Amino acid sequence: MTTQLHQALTALEQIILGKPRQLRLALACLLARGHLLIEDVPGVGKTTLALALARVLGLRFQRVQFTSDLLPADILGVSIYEAATGGFRFHPGPIFAQLVLADEVNRASPKTQSALLEAMEERQVTAEGETRRLPEPFFVVATQNPAYQIGTFPLPESQLDRFLMRIALGYPPPEAEKSLLAERERRDLLNEVTPSLTPEQLVQLQARVKDVKTTPALLEYVLALVRHTRDHNGLRMGLSPRAGLAVRRAAQAWALLHGRGGVIPEDVQAVFPAVVNHRLLAASEREAGAPTAEEILDVVAIP
Amino acid sequence: MTARPTAADYLTQASLLRLLAVLALVVAPHLPRLPPWAALLVVVVLLWRAAAAVRLWPLPPQALKLAVATVAFAGIYAHFGRGSGQTAGTALLTVMIALKLTEMRARRDVMVVISLCYFLLLTHFLFSQEIWTVAYLLVCAVAITALLIESNHPGAALAPGITLRQGARMVAQALPLMAVLFVLFPRLPGPLWGLPSDAGAARSGLSDSMSPGDIAQLIQSDAVAFRVRFDDAPPPMAQRYWRGPVFWNFDGRRWGFSAQALAGGAHLGPVAAEFAGAPTRYELTLEPHRQRWLFALDLADPQALPAGATLTYDHQLFAARNVTDRLLYRAASYTQYRLQPELPERPRRIALTLPAQGSPRARALARSWREDGLADADVVGRALRMFREQSFYYTLKPPALGREAVDEFLFDTRRGFCEHYASSFTVLMRAAGIPARVVTGYQGGERNELGGYYVVRQSDAHAWSEVWLDGRGWVRVDPTAAVAPTRIEAGLGAALSAAEGLPGFLQARGSGSWRYALEARWDLVNARWNEWVLAYGPALQQEFLSRFGLADWQRMIAALTGAIMLILAALGAAMLRQSRPVRTHDRALRLWRRAARRLARQGWVQRASEGPQDFAERVARARPELGPAVRRLAQAYLRARYLEGSDPANEARLAEAARGRGRGAGRAWS
Repeated sequence: MTTQLHQALTALEQIILGKPRQLRLALACLLARGHLLIEDVPGVGKTTLALALARVLGLRFQRVQFTSDLLPADILGVSIYEAATGGFRFHPGPIFAQLVLADEVNRASPKTQSALLEAMEERQVTAEGETRRLPEPFFVVATQNPAYQIGTFPLPESQLDRFLMRIALGYPPPEAEKSLLAERERRDLLNEVTPSLTPEQLVQLQARVKDVKTTPALLEYVLALVRHTRDHNGLRMGLSPRAGLAVRRAAQAWALLHGRGGVIPEDVQAVFPAVVNHRLLAASEREAGAPTAEEILDVVAIP
Repeated sequence: MTARPTAADYLTQASLLRLLAVLALVVAPHLPRLPPWAALLVVVVLLWRAAAAVRLWPLPPQALKLAVATVAFAGIYAHFGRGSGQTAGTALLTVMIALKLTEMRARRDVMVVISLCYFLLLTHFLFSQEIWTVAYLLVCAVAITALLIESNHPGAALAPGITLRQGARMVAQALPLMAVLFVLFPRLPGPLWGLPSDAGAARSGLSDSMSPGDIAQLIQSDAVAFRVRFDDAPPPMAQRYWRGPVFWNFDGRRWGFSAQALAGGAHLGPVAAEFAGAPTRYELTLEPHRQRWLFALDLADPQALPAGATLTYDHQLFAARNVTDRLLYRAASYTQYRLQPELPERPRRIALTLPAQGSPRARALARSWREDGLADADVVGRALRMFREQSFYYTLKPPALGREAVDEFLFDTRRGFCEHYASSFTVLMRAAGIPARVVTGYQGGERNELGGYYVVRQSDAHAWSEVWLDGRGWVRVDPTAAVAPTRIEAGLGAALSAAEGLPGFLQARGSGSWRYALEARWDLVNARWNEWVLAYGPALQQEFLSRFGLADWQRMIAALTGAIMLILAALGAAMLRQSRPVRTHDRALRLWRRAARRLARQGWVQRASEGPQDFAERVARARPELGPAVRRLAQAYLRARYLEGSDPANEARLAEAARGRGRGAGRAWS
């Protein structure tokens, strides 16, 4: 089945040029049943990435453009009175899709943000006293413009860790950008992509992630990384146990993606920055002295 | 052109204010030593810089800075008459550091100020080497180091708690090195900085003359004159007369050295003395008093003089030069002695000389005793009886005396302190034809029960007389003892009534009080500090180190280098130990490490944070011929340790791969 994953990856690489690493992280995030936060300036292909993921994996896709006047019901759905039946009928909101793109999530009010984040966490929606399960697989890709842009509500740190990973796309490398300019519109290309996986296969793959072996030696390494952040002076507090679990799960997905039956230290190193960087809280306001995940990886020895 | 400083080159306001606070802490003790205008300038500049940091005022223009700096330099030069030396140099340094603040913008300037802070800190030792100074210096060193850490930190300020803790840790780590340097760094004879002669000018002590009121003033001070440790049982208090300057010349009011006795000291030489009984041996630590004389218990044994010391004609002990540093010496004394049984004509004449005029009533009294036909010894007894039986008072606050000081005291006021009694008694003796002289020094001393030594303070200063009696030589006569015996037997505090307004430190000095205990303890700490730290000069260093066979400079320096290397090596080893992998029972890991060590010998070192696969790829990229073997090794290791677990088959495969045998390609590494 991992061959299909590779097909999916290859297809994605045709659309998003020059970003193989981010694509793998996004796919691993999805496999690990986590949600993805993409933080970058407008125009680097955040939305295209989400669309491509949905297309390649054959997922039902919904897009919500977050604005400051967006209400929770606009996402979750609303019950409307129907004269014909004489009762209320629930009209599910855009969240009832397999892949939801929450575009510019930091433009919405905190209330709306937290409605989304709760749905992400619970994988179900409670509206008007009735709980409805969200479809399987369920995957949220949220995009966020860096916080210095005006008129935004940056996600609070406590909610940031609802996202398994945070990645940045960045500008494409020069060669890729050249092809980008020369070739056809990316969104047009998308229409020609055929799904490499069915949603059912994806669910099966997701189930296999937890079976990827993590030996005690490997867990020691994860522990060493987590403990290092707890002893560090530059951090307000270290990584939580939940963060440790997230690192493990992401590394398992990464190993599966690379066709390994067990996690090796390199897998942990590959996912660690994406999983951890948005969970590290600097001790001082201006983030001085706080190490990045990359710096932590550099100094912590592999036991 | 230098590059324009970027935002990261500037300190935050909080850091800047902390820098100013530390600078104020370091500068503060110097302020009273500066000329008042300079102290004011420093304070004003500090305050102005703080305000400028808060209010974002612009820094002054170049021309103004230059003008102020020039004027300040000129002012200090004018005030001290020079730009170097202990006080002038320190003043210059302090003022210039303050002025540096007016052009402190970027991180680079801050580094300069911090370095100067360390240097300024050092200059405090030029003025004081007490324990307090050292404690203060350590505190300052921690603060400056914290500042150094903070300003070296890119980006924003670290929390002061973090930097202070780190600074304290670094200073603590430096302490062993400091101890080694202290013991082993070659001491230069004489002060390193050529301290000018005004250092310690304010010290109080006995002077080279004595007028009424001098000693009464001296005893207001509780400063330590010297500390004594007796080898055996000390003589009783009433016999503890510490001999200091001896005066022969009297001008009617003031006693001074005999010009002849001093100038002729060389050819007059020490006089014959006979001793009886067992000597008292002791070790004396003299506080610097900037005079040549030393103190010794009456009467010092000429056979056991301190090194370099000489005895004068009147048995004063003199050092080779002025005592400007704390001096430790050993001496021996006999309390039973006969000094100069034969008095030659010249000293006899000096010891009988009185001013041509003056003191008519005293002379008449002395003549009347003579006319009664009394012998010399009886005249002495008569005089003492007069002091004892007539209404003489021992007081700290005698009435002022006019021109005829001796007569007025003996016949009118009759209230005086020891110098009045010694002076008038000696005059009476000379008028009666008995050779006599005045001796000043200290009497008594207080035992420190904790340290087992005696502290003699300025408040123990005393004056007494010596008369020369035929067959007995110079005999000590203390007229104060006749008036106030308790002064001699129990000390000053006991001899004066409370109404006298005793200096505060004397009032509370009853043993048993907590204050006494505290003072005794503090004095003990000071004494140890003097003994172990401050007295560690060239001589003591040589003596101490020669015990370890480090007698000469070369060996001392070799030991110094060796000791520092040893400390650094120990630190290095400790750091290495931390970074070394812990021993493991994991067989796969052991095999991997063994193979990695072999690769390391060929220059391929796995970084601690480098995964085995990344490492193998790195080696393979650089040395393709090693590639297959290294990859196989990494795969076998990953399989045994991470992918499947350590079972015998995997371990065997790993062991095989670790041997580095390529498939038919011989050994890739060994």
